[in-house]
Amino acid sequence: MTYKHLIKTAITGLETNRSRSILTIIGIVIGITAIMLVMSLGAGAQNLILSQVQGLGTNTIAVVPGLVSTSPSSFAANLYSDSLKPADLTALESKANVPGLADIMPVVLGSEPATYQSNDYQVTLFGATDLIASIFDLTPTAGQFFTADDVTSQSKVAVIGSKVASNLFGNDNPINQQINVNGVSFQVVAVLPSSGGGSLFDFDDMTIMPYTTAQTYLLGIKYFNRLIIEAAPGANVEVVADDITTTLAESHNITDPTKYDFTVQTQQDLANRLGIITTALTWFLVAMASIALFVGGIGIMNIMLVAVTERTREIGLRKALGATDRDILAQFLIEAVFLTGIGGLIGIVLGSSLAYLISLGLSYGLGLNWQFVFPWFGAVLGFGVSALIGLVFGSYPAHQASKKSPIEALRYE
Amino acid sequence: MAHLAFLMNIIEVQNLKKSYADGETETIALADVSFTVRKGEFLAIMGPSGSGKSTLLHVLGLLDEPSSGSYLFDGKNTYSYTGDELARLRNEKIGFVFQSFNLLARTSVLENVKLPLAYSSIPESEWDERAAKAIESVGLAHRMDHQPDELSGGERQRVAIARALVTNPDVIFADEPTGNLDSKSGKNVMSIIQELNEKQGRTIILITHETSTAEHSERIIRLIDGVIESDEKVVNRLKATDEYIK
Repeated sequence: MTYKHLIKTAITGLETNRSRSILTIIGIVIGITAIMLVMSLGAGAQNLILSQVQGLGTNTIAVVPGLVSTSPSSFAANLYSDSLKPADLTALESKANVPGLADIMPVVLGSEPATYQSNDYQVTLFGATDLIASIFDLTPTAGQFFTADDVTSQSKVAVIGSKVASNLFGNDNPINQQINVNGVSFQVVAVLPSSGGGSLFDFDDMTIMPYTTAQTYLLGIKYFNRLIIEAAPGANVEVVADDITTTLAESHNITDPTKYDFTVQTQQDLANRLGIITTALTWFLVAMASIALFVGGIGIMNIMLVAVTERTREIGLRKALGATDRDILAQFLIEAVFLTGIGGLIGIVLGSSLAYLISLGLSYGLGLNWQFVFPWFGAVLGFGVSALIGLVFGSYPAHQASKKSPIEALRYE
Repeated sequence: MAHLAFLMNIIEVQNLKKSYADGETETIALADVSFTVRKGEFLAIMGPSGSGKSTLLHVLGLLDEPSSGSYLFDGKNTYSYTGDELARLRNEKIGFVFQSFNLLARTSVLENVKLPLAYSSIPESEWDERAAKAIESVGLAHRMDHQPDELSGGERQRVAIARALVTNPDVIFADEPTGNLDSKSGKNVMSIIQELNEKQGRTIILITHETSTAEHSERIIRLIDGVIESDEKVVNRLKATDEYIK
């Protein structure tokens, strides 16, 4: 039998049993829909995160205390280690050590209770310099950011996030009011706009102040939690990062790179790291969705076995009229592959449509800068896998059909 | 040599035996059967149910293999054929007509008749013409696009005959072809079968348990308990066309 007629026969067979065919493919449709949805949303999330990381500027380099391995698990493990000292700041600022360095911003972090009159709120403390406004592209809705002089003079000033403002001040104007953070009074100099809840860097809960102020009045420490460095325009970021590593190793008197008590991260490192996390998460969800696909495959096999029994007479007749075992095998196999292939196509369309609708919801409903991504890889994979499922789960029933003896089959009532 | 063709045997069976192992016990369907069928002969095989006539038809029709003995089809021992070769022989040389028609449901008369062609090496360009001719020869040209459930029993059996004819086979095996039909339709079907034998020279092997049907043939083999009880020529052959006109 020619392929053309095998395909024609398979289509006729499926049309003759239309409602059963539709029921059969539902499992595959659900599985492929889930995979498409997960892969599309995973890719969208990854794009969103990467665009935010890249939005920080590719010239930004971060130094964190402790040796952060390349795996994402120990990402924040050494956040509060004390290895970054003021001496490091001096060493790095020296043009002889790091010629490509344009600016350096020490960062200290903490969590403190803040009060204003009878209102209180637990804030995330972010001690930095005036550079923070340009690095994170922050523009206050009201007031002015603190200045380099405020950092030098350890001014007790604070820039508060939108949630801090609403929790402490309600509808009152916070500008120039005094808030109390862990028993110390700070003057509010600026309020930040709401970041919308979907941003990677959420300043809504934060109180930003000069790092010197935070170290002296609140944290009582001399070290830094981070050093944020801006490479000079045109400087090679990798070279600058290497210079920083060399300088810090010297300053800390460490020669063995595996014993470094700090890690230098470029934006590329961060992007890669976050990329690994979202990719791992996406594949984990794809694996979950694959279970649905597997169950769908079992369903196909089950229904195909019933179909083979139901069509025993037809098989006998075809054999009596000259069909070979291979003709019968091919007929049922093609039916199975067609079923799952069609299921796969429906799943691809359904999954990407749902992902598109969800993308619209995320960008308009939540105001995120969410881009719909059509997962080409997922589509090709999904279609291939569903056809393969037809082949795998259809082969046993098709084999059963092909081995039926024509007389047994013709006698079957 | 064409004039000698009718002298050749299309079927030669020698000491044919067929038994089924049914658990511990062995059921013998055919004990020891030997006979020959000439090309162009019209043979009826008769016998009560359980006599082995269906088993014999299945073996002769290459749907089943004998347990022992030899079967020469068209001069060649069928023992040596592979499954694919048997399928090709069934397709090219043999036509089947079954008691229960066995037409594909929800498939037009034309498509049903074309079914054997799909498994043949006949080029597709000839299919429609061949099928149409076969359908015409059984008088159903006006029913070409109908589906089996829109036809009467007699018409369905005529479609089955057209399907058996479409590959132009040498032998037609008819297994109780009138068994599910009323007497008028039955006679009509028998007249067509008789015509295939007389006008087209096809070998017909008819299985029946009714003497009146068997007497349309030239020769009757009676089977009882898997053994040939008698093998004789029909003296007063019935002519289906005559009865049909009445």
